[in-house]
Amino acid sequence: MLRRARGRNGFAVPPLTLARGGSPGCEMARLRTCPPHLSTLGVLMRFGIAVFPGTWSDRDCKHAVELAGHEAVMLWHKDRDLRGSDCVILPGGFAYGDYLRAGAVARFAPLMESVAAFANAGGLVWGICNGFQILCEAHLLPGALTRNTSLEFRCVPTWLRVESVDSVFTAGCARGDVLQIPISHGEGRFVADEETLAMLEREERVAFRYVRQDGSPVDGESPNGSMHDIAGIVNERRNVLGMMPHPERACELLLGSSDGMALFNNVAKLVSGNGVMPVAAVS
Amino acid sequence: MTFAVEVIVALKPVVNDPQGLVVRDSLHRLGFAGVRAVRVGKHIELEIEGDDEASVRAQVEDMCEQLLRNTVIEDSRISAVRVLSDAAS
Repeated sequence: MLRRARGRNGFAVPPLTLARGGSPGCEMARLRTCPPHLSTLGVLMRFGIAVFPGTWSDRDCKHAVELAGHEAVMLWHKDRDLRGSDCVILPGGFAYGDYLRAGAVARFAPLMESVAAFANAGGLVWGICNGFQILCEAHLLPGALTRNTSLEFRCVPTWLRVESVDSVFTAGCARGDVLQIPISHGEGRFVADEETLAMLEREERVAFRYVRQDGSPVDGESPNGSMHDIAGIVNERRNVLGMMPHPERACELLLGSSDGMALFNNVAKLVSGNGVMPVAAVS
Repeated sequence: MTFAVEVIVALKPVVNDPQGLVVRDSLHRLGFAGVRAVRVGKHIELEIEGDDEASVRAQVEDMCEQLLRNTVIEDSRISAVRVLSDAAS
C-alpha cells in the first residue's frame, strides 16, 4: 500500500512549482506501476543516507525522502552494509571535520568502499554538497571542489538551470527548467582542467548550472566562482550525481521553495514510469 | 631509523588561489608594494620509521598521491627530510 506523502503536520505536500506532465493524481497512478518487490514493501524506494561524523544534512534528507513517500534508512560510516538501498545519498556537512580537504578523509570510510562498489555496479548515488566533495575525492566524479572565490561561506538561495535530462535524477525535468535551491558551503568552486570541462560539456554531463533568477546566465558570477558556472554533474553512466546546492532544503514552501522535491520525485518517476528499476539494488 | 619529513601541498599554478590574492592585497596595504604574487598552501610534517631515505621518500610520494594532495588541483613536494633517530625500532 502506498503512502500519500504528508508533511509533518499532516498537510499534503505542496505542489511542485515545476509541476508538469499531469496532476498529483496522475502521478500517483503512475507510481502504482512500480515493481512488485518495491510495492510489496509499501514504499517506493529505499534511500540509504550516509552518516559520517560531522554530517549535518542527514536528517533533512530523511525528511525530504519521507515527504516524497519513500523510505529512508541511515547508513553509518563504519558499516559496509547498504541495507538494500535503491539509492544512496551522501548528504551535506563536514565529514570528519573536512580535515585536510573536504571529503578527503571520508573517502576512505568503510562505508565508502561499499558505496564505490555500488556506484561502479550502476547503483544510484547522489552526493549533495559535502557528498559531492566526497564523490570527487573518491574519483567517482571528475574535477574537484575548492574554496569559493569570495572566501566566504555562502548560505543563499540560488537558481539552477537544468542542463541535462539524461539521468535518473533529472529525467523528470525539462532542459532549461530553473529550480530555486539554496547553497550552503565555503568550498563549492568546481574546478577541472580544460579537457575535463570540454568532456563534461560534450557528453552533456553538466546536470545543473547556476543562473540568475530570471534564468539568464551568470557568466562566471556564480556564488562560488565555479568553472562554467557548474553546480552539479553526473558520471559517465549517469547513475552518480553530485551537486553543491541542497534540494532537501527546498522541499516545502515553508522553506521558501519546494523545487528540490522535483529531484526526489524524479527518481521515483523513472522507477515507476517504465516499471523497471533503472539498476538493480546490488548491495 | 626515524625520519622527519616535511611536505608542501599547494594549488597548481593554473588554479585560482583566492586566499593568495587576499594575502597579496593585504601585504600591499601594509606597504609591501613589491609583492607580485602570493600562493597559500599547506605544510605537513611527518615522522616515519624506515630503513633509508630513499624508501621513506618513496612512501611519502605515495601518500601524496593517495591522500595528502588532491591530484586534480594540487601539487606537492617534499621540502625536507632529516634523520630524527638512528635507533632501529
